Amino acid sequence: MRAMYATMRAELVGAGGVVERNAYLTKRYIWWDVAWFAWTVANTLTIVFIAKGVEATGGSLDVNRTMTTLLIGAVVWAYLGILFMFLMETVAWERWEGTIEYTFMAPLSRAMHLAGQGAFAILYGLVRAAFLFVVCAFVFFDLSMPNANYFAAFVVLVVSSISFIGIGMMMSVLPLISPEKGPQLGFVAQGTLLVVSGVYYPVEVLPEWMQAISTISPATYALDGIREAILEGQGLTAMWDELWPLLVIGVVSIPLGLWTFARGENYAKRHGKLKRSG
Amino acid sequence: MTEMQEAVPIEAVRRRAEPAVAVHELSKRFRLKDRKKGRFGKKTRVALDGVTFEIARGETVAILGQNGSGKSTLVRLLSTLLLPDGGAAEVLGHDVVSEHRAVRRLVNRVSVEASFFKKMSAAENLSYAARYYGMTAGQTRDRIPAILERVGFPPDRRDESMENLSRGMQQKVALARALLTSPVVLLLDEPTTGLDPRSKLEVQEFIREIRSSHDSTILLCTHDLAEAEALAERVGILDRGRLLVLEPAAEIKRRYGAATLEEAFFAATGREFEAEGDEDDDREVFA
Repeated sequence: MRAMYATMRAELVGAGGVVERNAYLTKRYIWWDVAWFAWTVANTLTIVFIAKGVEATGGSLDVNRTMTTLLIGAVVWAYLGILFMFLMETVAWERWEGTIEYTFMAPLSRAMHLAGQGAFAILYGLVRAAFLFVVCAFVFFDLSMPNANYFAAFVVLVVSSISFIGIGMMMSVLPLISPEKGPQLGFVAQGTLLVVSGVYYPVEVLPEWMQAISTISPATYALDGIREAILEGQGLTAMWDELWPLLVIGVVSIPLGLWTFARGENYAKRHGKLKRSG
Repeated sequence: MTEMQEAVPIEAVRRRAEPAVAVHELSKRFRLKDRKKGRFGKKTRVALDGVTFEIARGETVAILGQNGSGKSTLVRLLSTLLLPDGGAAEVLGHDVVSEHRAVRRLVNRVSVEASFFKKMSAAENLSYAARYYGMTAGQTRDRIPAILERVGFPPDRRDESMENLSRGMQQKVALARALLTSPVVLLLDEPTTGLDPRSKLEVQEFIREIRSSHDSTILLCTHDLAEAEALAERVGILDRGRLLVLEPAAEIKRRYGAATLEEAFFAATGREFEAEGDEDDDREVFA
């Protein structure tokens, strides 16, 4: 019992070490992160302005509502991007710095290693997403959201993060297999996930086969839930239809992510690909 | 009349007798691109070929070999960073494949490149690395400054980015990182390669200090003959993945009728020690 407690404690301390390392790196690269955030704001604005553009060219639509719908899509896109980036680029980054062998030969279990990685990604991503939403909604556009239930929207985003992290774990194996092109494939996963999930449009406009895929995408439920909370002011109890699929997908995707990563790690160890020469 | 001796538990005797490192018929091959065979052509390169040896607890063993001889592959196999194709390796009785978690608690490593997050400071790099071994902030608060001081790292540079430090200074931090976790087996993979003479002497001096003050077992892979002879109790010659000999340096010289270890190396391998082929020249990946 005491040994089990000591092991669990060491594992938690180790996961904390991953968070600590990412905190140090964020501190050291903070101005680069500010610049990256400015790009995200610009990218989000280009999407949200579409609603104004449609109105200006004679289209008939509820501009405030459409802008908010687009903004939520853009914020979720940016959030997912940050989660995947942390999970994938840190593997790529560690390979580049040469620290990956030291990380992989430490007695920390891979599950807790990736949990620490995911925990920091979620914390950083949530703060960034909240900031992005506030800057775009209220500084640039002065959008009106009288019924918004921000707490419920936040909870939906947090719950959906479990599934996103599971998928991110699967993706993070790619830089182990191909350090040059692996991280780019993560963007493919992000784009594919969101395109079938109704990132800027209702899922109903998609072809039927894409609608079928959307039912197993956590982003579908995340986007629906957040939009219901912000636009309709729905509370968590009314959003059970979105929350339970998110929890189920999370329960499946995390073990699947760990299994995939373990397979990739074994492949890298079998073929000597943990560290590249030169 | 014999002196009365305190009874020693049988388990303790067994533990003492158990080698720190036991390697049996260890083999590793890599599949490489072979441009001569066309775009998708492959060839097999043998990195380790049936290597067998043991290292006793507290012993320092040096493995000599040119680049490409399989030294780094051996260290990586013992560090659980590679999976063997054949044979077995154990660290204090724990198999490096099936009991890799137990092995990881017992070993640490210093490699030729002092790999760190370069923007982070020495203290930050050591701090997060220690957490991976379950050491809390309370445990490392005093220990990190103390260990950095022990390796001769200036206290006023503790919070400076690693990228501003010299190679020698970075290698000292690498030694500190390895020692911070109190490894039972320390794997040193060319720790002084590329260092200026002064830094090299300082690192070697520190390895001597570890030998005398710690109960650590050291496997030193090097292509520095003098370093091997000066630091190790036994010296092995690894050539093209095969361990040709593992004996005290004096024995090796006697065996080959050589005046120097360099001559003995030549006699054993049939090649000049300086005539190094690059280990990674024809390898797609780092082995």
